[in-house]
Amino acid sequence: MNNYAIETVGLNFNFGNQVIVKDLSLQVPKGSIYGFLGPNGAGKTTTIKILLNLLKSPSDQVFIFGKEINSNRIATLKRIGALVEQPAIYGHLSGKENLINRCILLDIKKTKADEMLALVGLTEAANKKASKYSLGMKQRLGIAQALISDPELLLLDEPTNGLDPNGIIEIRNLMIDLATKHQKTILVSSHLLAEIERTATHVGIINKGELLFQGTIDELHLLSKPMLEIEVDQIENATALISKSGYDVMTKTDKKITVPFISAQNSGELNTLLIKNGFTVSSLYKQRKDLENLFLDITKTN
Amino acid sequence: MHTLFISLQSEFYKSRKTLAFWAAILLPVIICDLITFGFYSGSEKILDRHYPPMMLWGNYIGAALNVMGLLVMPFYVIFMAFSVNNIEHKNYTWKMLFAQPLNKFSIYAAKYLYAVLLIFICLFLFATLTYLFGHLLQVLVPEYNFNQFNPSTVLINSYTKLFLSSLGILSLQFILSLVWGDFLKPMGIGFIGTIMGIITANVGWKYAYLIPYALPTLALRITKVKKGSDPLDFPIFTQEIWTSLIYAAILFTIGYFIVTKKSIK
Repeated sequence: MNNYAIETVGLNFNFGNQVIVKDLSLQVPKGSIYGFLGPNGAGKTTTIKILLNLLKSPSDQVFIFGKEINSNRIATLKRIGALVEQPAIYGHLSGKENLINRCILLDIKKTKADEMLALVGLTEAANKKASKYSLGMKQRLGIAQALISDPELLLLDEPTNGLDPNGIIEIRNLMIDLATKHQKTILVSSHLLAEIERTATHVGIINKGELLFQGTIDELHLLSKPMLEIEVDQIENATALISKSGYDVMTKTDKKITVPFISAQNSGELNTLLIKNGFTVSSLYKQRKDLENLFLDITKTN
Repeated sequence: MHTLFISLQSEFYKSRKTLAFWAAILLPVIICDLITFGFYSGSEKILDRHYPPMMLWGNYIGAALNVMGLLVMPFYVIFMAFSVNNIEHKNYTWKMLFAQPLNKFSIYAAKYLYAVLLIFICLFLFATLTYLFGHLLQVLVPEYNFNQFNPSTVLINSYTKLFLSSLGILSLQFILSLVWGDFLKPMGIGFIGTIMGIITANVGWKYAYLIPYALPTLALRITKVKKGSDPLDFPIFTQEIWTSLIYAAILFTIGYFIVTKKSIK
């Protein structure tokens, strides 16, 4: 019995001749919030559709809770709640009616509809036609639909799309709540790393259908090697001295020299070295490479 | 079976506020009302013709049946096939529907059955209202002799024929509307098909019965011909009814295979 809620093994998927997903091996641990990152068109939505069996995967490549998806379609779908692309909502029905319709399809109590409306803050708009909802309200209704069956696994495709900052924070907190208090596994896709960074415990970065990175959020942070930025006078001489002392000067501007950060003690020693040689160090600090840039680097080099 | 019932229930729930659903009720109510009003306000003229009871009923029933069978029925069926599928196309809800833990056959069959059910309701109301309003006319205009003939057999037989003969069109249009999300393609094909059907049926082309759109017209025409002799004595399961049912069965199966292969993009 493995510990993955989702596992894909060398998953390949094409639309005709166009390769959409290539040798993708996702491993989403149970109970994690898995940030599925990638630029637009990277294959995120396609992957989510494969996980829902909306697009048919080759056999023995996709496993949900350890079970092959094609041969266990209905049993698997019972354990999944999903929001794919724009929420699927009947415009001529009210928000509540949309949820009741879902209750009918899932054969669950209709009182669940009110509970969900309260959860996503749509109680007041319950009887309003869904076509009159704002984009953010539709997104919340979509999330309510995904949650209504109390699924173990949630697939959320860009759930904060179109939400205002308050809405984004609410969804973020809701996700953290669901994972920590209710032991749900959540796979959430996004093209914004900053968004994922705040919630995710695990991250997978996909570009052009290929997985470029997969690991915990800490492992991702490790990838972004910290730098030591030194503001010093007589920059040319200082650079020469630092190089001579065996450091790798990464960049040099009019005011700053950047070297790889090794340890706090090592930074102190470098400071002492500069001062002993008559330089004036105005500042010396550890700089972590912005994850946003790292993300761009990872996706660009591919 | 349970999932089929659930899906059917959901079809009703989500369409109960749409025109497609209400059309099934309003269409017979409006048409029967109009005809009844015509028979009420023009009662003197009709009474002058001194129809025997059977002929009076024949005229009265024929008024609704001819409008319905010739023109309205094919378009109504095309519209129903379009509506039950369009509700998903329009709202981008196919993906939601197929991501539910329901087998695909139930989802597909429920949609199809729901369209069949709406057509049934519509025609059932036609037959029932014709019967009831005929007797209402008798009360309003006591000179009429509606009460001297029981039209129920003729009503049941002709509307059953109309219903069965429309299933071929329904299955064909159902596939078109399932595959295409837009209004024009299924409607356009349906429109051309219907005109073709009416023309070929009326010129009596030998193979007209192979065109699904010609079947309601053909089915009713035979009713009319036989009415002269004995209106109660016409068989329901004639060639065009069998053709319609065979078309329906084959196209329903093809539709299912389309659904299972359908990639939800």
